[in-house]
Amino acid sequence: MFAYLVKRIFQAAAVMFVISIISFAIQDNLGDPLRELVGQSVSEETRNELREEMGLNDSFIVQYTRFAKKALHGDLGTSYFFKEPALTVILKKLPATLELVLGASIIIIGLSIPLGVYTAIKPNAFVSKAIMSLSIIGISIPVFLTAILMIYFFAVELRLLPSFGRGDVVHVFGYWKTNFATWDGLKHIFMPSVALASIMLPLFIRLIRSEMMETLQSDYVRYAWAKGLKAKRIWFLHALKNTMLPVITVGGVQIGTMVAYTILTETVFQWPGMGFMFLEAVNRVDTPLIVAYLIIVGFIFVVTNTLVDLLYGLVNPTVKLARMGA
Amino acid sequence: MSLLSVRDLVVKFAMRHQTLTALDQISFELAQGERLGIVGESGAGKSITGFAILNLLSQPGFIAGGKIMFDGKDMASLSAEEMRLIRGDRIAMIFQDPMVTLNPVLTIGEQMVETLQAHRKISRRDAEKIAIVKLREVYIPAPEERLSQYPHELSGGMRQRIIIAIALLLDPQLIIADEPTTALDVTIQADIMELLLELCTNNKVSLILITHDLGVVSQMTERTLVMYAGKIIESGKTREIVNDPQHPYTQGLINALPQQTVPGQQLKQIPGNMPGLGSLPSGCAFHPRCDFATDVCKKTAPEFVSFADVKVACHEVARLHQTKEAEAKDG
Amino acid sequence: MSTLPLSRWARFKASNLVYDFFHNKVAMFSFMIFVVFVVATIFAPLIAPFDPYDPLQINIMNSELPPSWQAGSDPQFVLGTDDQGRDLWSAILYGTRISLIIGICAVALQAFLGISIGLIAGYVGGRTDSILMRIADIQLSFSTLMVAIIVLAVTKALFGTQSFNEYALFMLVLVIGIAEWPQYARTVRATVLAEKKKEYVDAAKVLGFGPLRIMLRHILPNSVSPIFVISTVQVANAIISEASLSFLGLGMPVSQPSLGSLIASGQAYIFSGSWWMTAIPGFFLVLLVLVINLLGDWLRDVLNPKLYKG
Repeated sequence: MFAYLVKRIFQAAAVMFVISIISFAIQDNLGDPLRELVGQSVSEETRNELREEMGLNDSFIVQYTRFAKKALHGDLGTSYFFKEPALTVILKKLPATLELVLGASIIIIGLSIPLGVYTAIKPNAFVSKAIMSLSIIGISIPVFLTAILMIYFFAVELRLLPSFGRGDVVHVFGYWKTNFATWDGLKHIFMPSVALASIMLPLFIRLIRSEMMETLQSDYVRYAWAKGLKAKRIWFLHALKNTMLPVITVGGVQIGTMVAYTILTETVFQWPGMGFMFLEAVNRVDTPLIVAYLIIVGFIFVVTNTLVDLLYGLVNPTVKLARMGA
Repeated sequence: MSLLSVRDLVVKFAMRHQTLTALDQISFELAQGERLGIVGESGAGKSITGFAILNLLSQPGFIAGGKIMFDGKDMASLSAEEMRLIRGDRIAMIFQDPMVTLNPVLTIGEQMVETLQAHRKISRRDAEKIAIVKLREVYIPAPEERLSQYPHELSGGMRQRIIIAIALLLDPQLIIADEPTTALDVTIQADIMELLLELCTNNKVSLILITHDLGVVSQMTERTLVMYAGKIIESGKTREIVNDPQHPYTQGLINALPQQTVPGQQLKQIPGNMPGLGSLPSGCAFHPRCDFATDVCKKTAPEFVSFADVKVACHEVARLHQTKEAEAKDG
Repeated sequence: MSTLPLSRWARFKASNLVYDFFHNKVAMFSFMIFVVFVVATIFAPLIAPFDPYDPLQINIMNSELPPSWQAGSDPQFVLGTDDQGRDLWSAILYGTRISLIIGICAVALQAFLGISIGLIAGYVGGRTDSILMRIADIQLSFSTLMVAIIVLAVTKALFGTQSFNEYALFMLVLVIGIAEWPQYARTVRATVLAEKKKEYVDAAKVLGFGPLRIMLRHILPNSVSPIFVISTVQVANAIISEASLSFLGLGMPVSQPSLGSLIASGQAYIFSGSWWMTAIPGFFLVLLVLVINLLGDWLRDVLNPKLYKG
């Protein structure tokens, strides 16, 4: 049981190692740090001296070790554009993105479970058929298009909701400013969250529905009926708990996709988060910022995947994790 | 008055392009405390009969006709809630494969307590006490510790004992056991059967034992139904059916028993397979596999003939019976 | 009466698939629209009134004209024009063509990689199998779109916009195609493992047929229906991915737009009320993806293959 946790952490470390190598390789090939520092008006000789001094002529491994050491201390270089440490820039943008993901997750979790369960229990009901038809339309509309159309209807035509930015945010701690404290903040985060959730929600409804329908056919559910249990207990405990096992696994993978979709959503709504910043950094070839984004996103991936695995272990007793008190 | 009476039960399956008949005119009676065996190859409709009694047929199956009376009540007239109150309480079921019957994500204790609480107003602690008593009755060692364990931590035999304990929790009048040992290791099959027999006789519980093994039936039950392709083809006292089978199919089943074979010889299997529901032969469904089949068998389905305590649906048996009677008259 | 085995075509005609197709209005309708899409994109150069790639046919004076049913339109531009004065209808025809080409080619690449790896993993087994499946696990745990965004963003920064635009189509196929092979690999591997146990594979081995022949002649046909179902859904996903990447400026350039890039270039104009530049290409994109998804759903219902979950 303890070994499971160790194995999981080891895996996470291995993935982070690979990400760091890729990041370093990108940094190594993207742009010349010397030019950024001193410009072009320096002679070849001084350049070489400087290169030597900065260790740019060392072997790949030596340079990588140096990069990794600095990275572990939180030094990911200085953004060319913001003239600030790349990590600081990202940390400032991080709360906006995480709040967006949180908003979308609330919508997805809050709606997909009841709707998925309902459509599985009553597959022939009119409401179920309507939900299923809407969901297939939902998965066919790209996130960015949903976002643009929402802006057109709710911001341009109806003038109900703001179309860009975060609006009134309230300072919580550190870099963290929240949208969830004021009415204006909530109004600003509503559309981006819905847009971000728009493709994932139908996906999850369909997934939960199909898993639930399969579970409802299982022997243990039939046995639960034979024991004379009440329908609610069978649906929401016996069937749902087993349904959630594969859903949690898929959910873990989808978190990554969600981060990718934040780039799209943030771009459309000019949401001042990491995704928007990343695209700008790419257009400005701001290498330290690109690398920092890679490492932070990789880190988020690894952490969430590990958390999802632990959660899976808590729900599924065959992974004897609940017992180790983790 | 009998505890359970099934009259002309018909079960159909609504498939995409057609409707198939899975059970055709099934009738039998079961008295309080009586043990009945239902025998046949897989696909004969034995399990469907069991599920139909509890109205637990899975989609797309449905009861298309007939009447099921339990304890004086017409099951078809019951509301969903009244039906629920019978399931698990008055009629308990034991499923075939204990490895997939218990819910993998709930503890044994939870699965026992919830059964009690679904039918009685009872505190968790009292329910656990009853659960421990019942676990002890089925010879589960250290029953207190089992309550907090999950199914995957227990062996198949242990799980089936627990399922039997769950069946006994509410002192039912009838237990329907659907092949309760086929999924288990051969060495513990006899133990489980013995336990089931002991508990049924001690508590005067009626038992419907669904199995493909006539040997088991002969040890466990008082009366037997033999089913083939959704129909009863022979029914009567178990002793008579085992000792003097009438229907060629029952004879084939008996001859196929390992006990009937001299060591070193091949088992005498009935040639061929049972037909699928979608491709039932005309007349008597057994005729393509029957050594005695005549033209009549291919054309018309046989009616029941009864003599002594046995009822048989077979043209050939009926003919022999008539000749015998005629000879008796002549002589 | 002779009992010749039915020909493949006759068996296909008699199958459940065809029967169900003609009894399912949604499937028939979706298929019809899909065929119209394919035909229209194949003959795009003949159907389109303008060549959207030819700068000489684009006049900036014609920019932002609304579709023909609105006031202020020009009848020669049925669906209006975009911000550069390009005929939207022609641009959409060519854009759909690009979206479909990328979608189908990327999925063909996925299928090729996945089927080969799945066959090898299942047939060889042992350590090869476990290594390949572990790689599949890791690959699956990363979101395709995320990886695609990063790879394309870095490539773009590395080579500059100019040369990136030149190879954009190729890059998109490659990035989307390489990322999603594990789905195929797992499904094919599962079929191989199931089929390997069956007698006819042993028989084929005894008869001295090589592994390649056994896999291609005996095992692969049994994975056809799951592959078919996966591919349909994957084409829809690939088209969405391509559109998203192009929307972000990491895909097809404006000079050679796909549906995604058309939507991107129109986006800025919705505030001024020029909705058609986004909405019309958006409509065609959604319609294309929707009919493919509907066909995929229908195929899954009818063929009901065992898909590998996870």
